[in-house]
Amino acid sequence: MRRIKEFIIEKFILLSGLASVLFVALIFLFLLKEGLAVFKSVTPLDFLFGKSWYPISEPARLGILPLILGSLLVTLGAAVISIPIGVACAIYIAEVAPARLKEVLKAGVELLAAIPSVVLGFIGMITLVPWVKSVFGLPTGLTALSGSIILAFMAMPTIVSIAEDALYSVPKSYKEGAFALGATHWQTIYRVMLPAASSGILAAVMLGVGRVIGETMAVMMITGNAAVMPRSFLEPIRTLTATIAAEMGEAVVGSEHYFALFTIGIVLFIISFVINVSADLFLHKRQ
Amino acid sequence: MRNPQRSQRLAFSLLFLATLLIVVPVGMVIVIICQKGIGAINWQFLTDMPRQGMRAGGIFPAIIGTIYLVLGAIVFALPIGVMAAIYLSEYSRDNLLTRVIKLAIVNLAGVPSVVYGLFGLALFVVFFRFGASILSGSLTLGVMILPLIVTASREALESVPYSFREVSLSLGASKWQTIRHIVLPNAVSGILTGTILGLGRAAGETAPILFTVAAFYLPQLPHSIFDQVMALPYHLYVISTQVPNVDEKIRYGTALVLLTLVLFMNLVAIIVRYQFRKRKKW
Repeated sequence: MRRIKEFIIEKFILLSGLASVLFVALIFLFLLKEGLAVFKSVTPLDFLFGKSWYPISEPARLGILPLILGSLLVTLGAAVISIPIGVACAIYIAEVAPARLKEVLKAGVELLAAIPSVVLGFIGMITLVPWVKSVFGLPTGLTALSGSIILAFMAMPTIVSIAEDALYSVPKSYKEGAFALGATHWQTIYRVMLPAASSGILAAVMLGVGRVIGETMAVMMITGNAAVMPRSFLEPIRTLTATIAAEMGEAVVGSEHYFALFTIGIVLFIISFVINVSADLFLHKRQ
Repeated sequence: MRNPQRSQRLAFSLLFLATLLIVVPVGMVIVIICQKGIGAINWQFLTDMPRQGMRAGGIFPAIIGTIYLVLGAIVFALPIGVMAAIYLSEYSRDNLLTRVIKLAIVNLAGVPSVVYGLFGLALFVVFFRFGASILSGSLTLGVMILPLIVTASREALESVPYSFREVSLSLGASKWQTIRHIVLPNAVSGILTGTILGLGRAAGETAPILFTVAAFYLPQLPHSIFDQVMALPYHLYVISTQVPNVDEKIRYGTALVLLTLVLFMNLVAIIVRYQFRKRKKW
């Protein structure tokens, strides 16, 4: 009797273990199921590299290049802001900060990670957007730059916590060896700790960038949502994620527009898949 | 020749500056929302229906909606998540299957939230015909927080010393009895921490509920799990971008309620973890 009970429980546990695999497969399958239908009316190349996105004009024009470039531009801006600041903060927390301050700072970073993106978007709309508008003398503050700044704050917690972990797991003997050779603390960090932790830090950066590309609400609220080919940081743009979020509510189930939004989902899924798998490889390389 | 002491001082001040650049804005965001939102918070705001096209009245249905969705998500994700963690920490061997499962979890954690929304729409709303409903929304949020719960629970289970298991097994307990009576009780606070963080995450996400459950405005509360509901994060999005001329106080008030809810759960998680570390038996 006990054997049978154990057997059943073990099978349930195995099934639950497989659930994550099942869900990833289901996500991909259902994106494909709905998304591939769009290629009946537009070729994959025209879809990816078409320069105009007018999904409800007649005939619809479904080119997502402006959206891809919009996403890339915002992500690039966010990366430029968040990577140096995030890595510097990680070094400070891991190496420089006194023990008590360290705990406070870590809690602060966790707090930032916890703030819902819609709240950051709201605050960005009310504080950052008017500021960008007046500083640069623009007709609107809803620009790629505003999006990049807010997204940088969403990437930082990821970068800081993973990079800090990476620095923390550098063997103590490396550090002691450098000190014994007469290096200063900063020389040790710069010449020994950072190179030793580099693959972990790279993973941190990748995951931070992944978070930025997938971010939806804040970016939808403050980048102006203009589906045009982006030319500069100071103009409204629109990202892949925001397009799905903004248009799915109005797309009729089973229409070309509906399929196209799912195809954008496939693009996003593949991007995040590649980023996460390679970041995971980097994280495991160091162990 | 540069002075190494001086460059160290310069470098450390720059590092400190970078840290301030993160911490100060976070502090400011929280202070601004508290300061401007606190004026809107009163009993009526928390317990009344929205009125005059959401320009007055309260946010009660959005609060209730978010609570239902979060509870639904946790009811779905907690058992599966904990069992998956048990599998990974207690049963799995170092083989291809385990690697695939771990990879799937890493991936699930990285899928953009709006893609979860698409997934929920295609699977739960359209394919299973649940419609836009609490059920669809909860399941979507549940899948989204699953990796968080698995990872936290697995860490908690793995931190239970191996000797605990050996003693139990040597006393004649079966594997499952050992897990059930020895490993799980010692991992409970870690699992709890993960669960509370999952609750917070589910409460704050907007994109996954956009097409699976969230209603722009509903004059009544839901009657069953097949009804749509309003939800706090979506409500904040709606009144700050879709409805013109909403009093700023109401926007800040809504943001404050959402922020308080999410940060409160994170605080509880931090406290649970801290207490747990203090009482650790090994």
